[in-house]
Amino acid sequence: MSAPTNVNKAVSRAKSASGKLTTPRLLLLISGLLLALFAVRAGTGANDLTSAGQIGGMLGLAVPIGLAGLGGLWAERSGVVNIGLEGMMILGTFFGAWGSWHWGPWAGVVLGMAGGALGGLLHAVVTVTFGVDHVVSGVAINILAPAVTGYLAKLTFYPVVGSKQSPPLKPLPTINIPGISPWLTGIEKHHWFAISDLAGILGALVTGLSILVVLAAVLFVGTYYLLWRTPFGLRLRSCGENPTASESLGVNVYRYKYIAVIVSGALAGLGGVYLVMVSSNIYQDGQTGGRGYIGLAALIFGNWRVGGLAMGAGLFGYTDSLQLRGSDAVHALLLAVAVLLLGIAIRMLLRKSYVGALFSLVAAAMFALWFAMTKDVPAQIVSTTPYVITLVVLAFASQRLRPPKADGIPFRKGQGK
Amino acid sequence: METTTSGRNPRARSTRFARIDWEKVLLGVAAPVLAVLFAGLVTAIVLLISGKNPVLAISDIFSYDVKPDSTVYILNRGTIYYMAGLAVAIGFRMNLFNIGVEGQYRMGAFFAAYVGGTLHLPGALRIIVIIVVAVLVGATWAGIVGVLKVTRGVNEVISSIMLNFIATSGIIAFLLQPGRLAANNPGSNDVTTAVLPTSAHFFTFSSYGGPIWGFIVIAALMGVAFHLVLSRTRFGFDLRTTGQSDGAAQASGVNVKKMIVTAMLISGGMAGLIGVPELLHESFSYGLTFPQGWGFIGISVALLGRNNPVGIALASLLWASLDRAGGQLTFDGFDTEIVGIIQGTIVVSVVVAYEVVRRYGLKRQQQKVGRELAAQSGTASPQQKEAAA
Amino acid sequence: MRPPRTPFSSLFSSAFSSPSPRCDTSSPLLRPPGLTQERAINAATPSPTAGSPAAVELRGITKRFPGVVANHDIDITVQRGTVHALVGENGAGKSTLMKILYGMQRPDEGTITVDGERAELHSPADAIKRGIGMVHQHFMLADNLTVLENTVLGAEKLHGIGGRAKARIREISDAYGLGIRPDVLVEQLGVADRQRVEILKVLYRGARTLILDEPTAVLVPQEVDALFDNLRELKSEGLTVIFISHKLDEVLSVADAITVIRRGTTVASVDPRQVTSRQLAELMVGSELPSPESRESTVTVEPMLDASGLRLSETDPDGVERSVLGGITFTIHKGEILGLAGVEGNGQAELVEAIMGMRKLDEGVITLDGRDISAEATRARREAGIGYIPEDRHRHGLLLEAPLWENRILGHVTEPPNSRHGIIDPKAARRDTERIVREYDVRTPGIEVTAASLSGGNQQKLIVGREMIHKPKLLIAAHPTRGVDVGAQAQIWGQIRAAQRDGLAVLLISADLDELIGLSDTLKVIYRGRLVAEADPAAVTPEELGSAMTGAASGHLDHADNGTDSDTATNQAGE
Repeated sequence: MSAPTNVNKAVSRAKSASGKLTTPRLLLLISGLLLALFAVRAGTGANDLTSAGQIGGMLGLAVPIGLAGLGGLWAERSGVVNIGLEGMMILGTFFGAWGSWHWGPWAGVVLGMAGGALGGLLHAVVTVTFGVDHVVSGVAINILAPAVTGYLAKLTFYPVVGSKQSPPLKPLPTINIPGISPWLTGIEKHHWFAISDLAGILGALVTGLSILVVLAAVLFVGTYYLLWRTPFGLRLRSCGENPTASESLGVNVYRYKYIAVIVSGALAGLGGVYLVMVSSNIYQDGQTGGRGYIGLAALIFGNWRVGGLAMGAGLFGYTDSLQLRGSDAVHALLLAVAVLLLGIAIRMLLRKSYVGALFSLVAAAMFALWFAMTKDVPAQIVSTTPYVITLVVLAFASQRLRPPKADGIPFRKGQGK
Repeated sequence: METTTSGRNPRARSTRFARIDWEKVLLGVAAPVLAVLFAGLVTAIVLLISGKNPVLAISDIFSYDVKPDSTVYILNRGTIYYMAGLAVAIGFRMNLFNIGVEGQYRMGAFFAAYVGGTLHLPGALRIIVIIVVAVLVGATWAGIVGVLKVTRGVNEVISSIMLNFIATSGIIAFLLQPGRLAANNPGSNDVTTAVLPTSAHFFTFSSYGGPIWGFIVIAALMGVAFHLVLSRTRFGFDLRTTGQSDGAAQASGVNVKKMIVTAMLISGGMAGLIGVPELLHESFSYGLTFPQGWGFIGISVALLGRNNPVGIALASLLWASLDRAGGQLTFDGFDTEIVGIIQGTIVVSVVVAYEVVRRYGLKRQQQKVGRELAAQSGTASPQQKEAAA
Repeated sequence: MRPPRTPFSSLFSSAFSSPSPRCDTSSPLLRPPGLTQERAINAATPSPTAGSPAAVELRGITKRFPGVVANHDIDITVQRGTVHALVGENGAGKSTLMKILYGMQRPDEGTITVDGERAELHSPADAIKRGIGMVHQHFMLADNLTVLENTVLGAEKLHGIGGRAKARIREISDAYGLGIRPDVLVEQLGVADRQRVEILKVLYRGARTLILDEPTAVLVPQEVDALFDNLRELKSEGLTVIFISHKLDEVLSVADAITVIRRGTTVASVDPRQVTSRQLAELMVGSELPSPESRESTVTVEPMLDASGLRLSETDPDGVERSVLGGITFTIHKGEILGLAGVEGNGQAELVEAIMGMRKLDEGVITLDGRDISAEATRARREAGIGYIPEDRHRHGLLLEAPLWENRILGHVTEPPNSRHGIIDPKAARRDTERIVREYDVRTPGIEVTAASLSGGNQQKLIVGREMIHKPKLLIAAHPTRGVDVGAQAQIWGQIRAAQRDGLAVLLISADLDELIGLSDTLKVIYRGRLVAEADPAAVTPEELGSAMTGAASGHLDHADNGTDSDTATNQAGE
């Protein structure tokens, strides 16, 4: 081995260590963000920013996005791009409602997941067995799924309700911890810096928490364990990185892709179930409203990792639920963004990245100005936040993104070199 | 260099061409026909399961679609779908998936409607301004995708999905409100841009079944231009080359980055036009009820029509006639929604069918070339297996 | 036992041992020539005694693909504890044969015997069970996974995927001196390290027989030496290595036995001690070697391409700046072929792309026939008279799914007869394609077939024809005969020569040093993005060139000037 190569390696190792988000670093970052948020809340008096209602709302909106994203994670880690998440989620909404209506909420959960899985199976057949372009197949599924559920809803619900929406569904159980909730609400009412904020956040976690939220949390942890800590997960991920290599080592690539895409559909389906049974209590056409796509965006934002995805879903859920709250909450958030950008600018300045610092500084000033000049932010603008953030992340952080290497590349058995 | 076996017998070769071409045509037609038949079969099964008579449904579709007013509806609808299909297809030919046609046409139609309704211009000029604005806005919105792709390497599918949402639930939803670029429409609870005067209505052909939109001429011209530009011009050759292999395109002298942006601009410009016939023939303003989903129909017909202008035309007419039949089916106790199932199944099965046919065709040709060369060289030893390298 | 079926075996009968197992089992006598006495004894100790079954025996293997017979009547016997080389030209069927042995493809006829037992290999998993492992030419590694993960993948049952597996990896790595760290991401490893990971993967699965497919193709000479040390280490532990290559010197230095394969079948089994590389080469090719011999000079004094001070640097995502091309200056005259020698990845590809205008230079001036083209786009440069035979014809030279006549237009869309005033003329293009097919001997049933359905040699002839028929002033030929059969090779050389007589200037890049020396009028050596040496092809040897390519020698390579330098170089290359 010649000397220069070793030097290069050492350099790249050092680089990768400095760029990596280690756990302590991540915790530091999160607490920093929270503190900034608390400070803005205290400074502007926009108490909704951290109220139990807001945090609960965020959870409610983040869970379906997160479940769709988790489905995307399974599929893409095995190398299959899944634009069809939206369609699989739609299947989940109908079959969830239908099962719940006939046999009770838990049957709804199971059937909703099965419906999504069916969509996943179709996607797997088209992309894995027939080798069709993954995006084309996903879009085709997004066209087929609403047509199927539309027809089935007409067939099943119309004769009963007189429209294509389901009768009201029985809710799933929720979790309340007696005693603690009122106590936390009391603390929250004082609006003490940080303490009341934390009480609000905790309050959301112990008051009327749907069992599906708990299930989603379990699925996130379970996915991490399965995909990163077991031989099964290693094989599945290897199919997304270099399926030819996996095949050469005796891994049945098709089987793992099938499993991953079917699980992907089931998870998206569960996201749909959440929408019909927790976010509301009826099925309607078009209930998903593009959440499958936002799930995909959260997956990209989260760099194809479980933790990042959870953060992405949380962020998108948070902005989503803010627009349901008072407009002064959103308005206050402008200041939060300005503070955040200022932080980034200082960090870049310390790293001697002057151009980036200047950009961040200018952006921070613009947000601060926006905050000062206006009284509210239109809801429509807020609703675009997830999409704008995703575009910005893609445009400016794409070198840091690490999608699975063979993601979206059709793989044929026995054609590796 | 001396003449070799391959050049010795020109007549034998030309008959061989004819055979290859014939086979190619047959293979090309087989896929969509099989897909449509398969979709029909699936639908029949669905109907049988739900206790309805599939034969009646199919006869309904056929008998209803040949009525004059149906034909006019199908032609007018087909015009829109055709333009949507072309807009998507130009991207596909470049190996770009412009999933953002949906956002591009709605942005184009909205701003064209606003500008057309606000400016006070004589009729023809107003129409021209509306068309130009629609094209420019659509192209700009698609251009963002192209620029992001070439400068920052952002995948066009993801960015155009994001831009679809930003356009529809952000920009248009924000501006389409009383006091911004729209007003409450008296007599309904719709909010629309200013309504165009009758002088800005596009010409129509009157027929027994009702007026046929004049825009059908523009759509047809677009189809002809699409074909001529792609197959007969240097630009079209460069575009197709880039779609097949950007490495080969770059080495051959195509500026690939410029080509990506150009293709997105053209696709977006064509997408911008999709909403214009509706605007100039039907709604005369952009409101909350302006039709949605044509971008995705464009994807469907482009896939079914294999990005070929004639194929897309047939696919658009099929789509429109299925839509039309959907309305009629309810009178015989069927559900309109069954049409969606037919269309969805066609899309899924046609992409599979094309892929299978493509692979089969390639493999078959390789075998054939191997056989014919072996026959030509006669005594020579077996061909070395190099093609696979 | 079938005798060798080629007439050459009789020609060289004295040089070759008979392929019968009886003779092969006397292999304690076989010894790689490069070894010292001491090590050779070490290597020989675990060799099998007479009567123990061969590690691998292939009998009558035949494999057909649609329209092609890849292998027929293959007979090979590999003794345990030896390095057995399998040599043959590109496309001779070596890789297919190894895929059969590794269970990736099923033979249509014939038997495989492993350790004396008939084996049916349906998949790589079967082969692994039998103790056969493969190190692929294109590494089968997932960049984004660690060495540990890559190693245990598919073999998780052996030692799990955690600490036990890591310990086992360290153990194997130490035992064979592989020097592998299990927790590193593969993407951070260099080529040689990756290859060691591949070997480790195979050993981890308990393989007793290792197949190495062209293992030296991607390595620089020092790395090759290290690899061969590893192989000898493996052999001394009683493992068997099957080594596929077409680099004959290397084969002769490391192998204990050699089997030659030609046109899909085994033609001879030879003893490396009794054969020269020239004899081996002729066995591989099946006839006298067509070597590009020197001839009367056509070089003029008029410069055609003038490159001066070309400089290019790149910034990687981490912000580290790296010089790719540094101060490259050279001139190619009309009628001159300038050969550029260099180990791949030393800036050749970038230089070609810079001259083609596909890459923007930081600095430097390129002049073609007196006209400054530095600022021109690729297309303008092509129109000005640059022809281009790209290194990777599938990625840069062809539209695989388009018909031949469209491929004929590729790269020359603005030139007659392909188009006029921006409009394509398919009729004229078709007619001209017919002409190319005829004049450049492209074997095809017609011009409407897709490029993908032609063999590699015919694809290349089409590209050469397409570029030459436009009478370029300068031809950039990157590996013009790579992956091409010998017949096509000779034709391509002939065509380049013929055009040279008419004043064509050629920039020739090739990994085949014989081709470079035989074809070029002037030779230059590129190393780490700089031209470090030059040589007269009439006087220089491949060994001298090789030493300059690794940076061991520089300046003007000449026997008289720096004899000591080239001596050391020869030793390095010979080992």
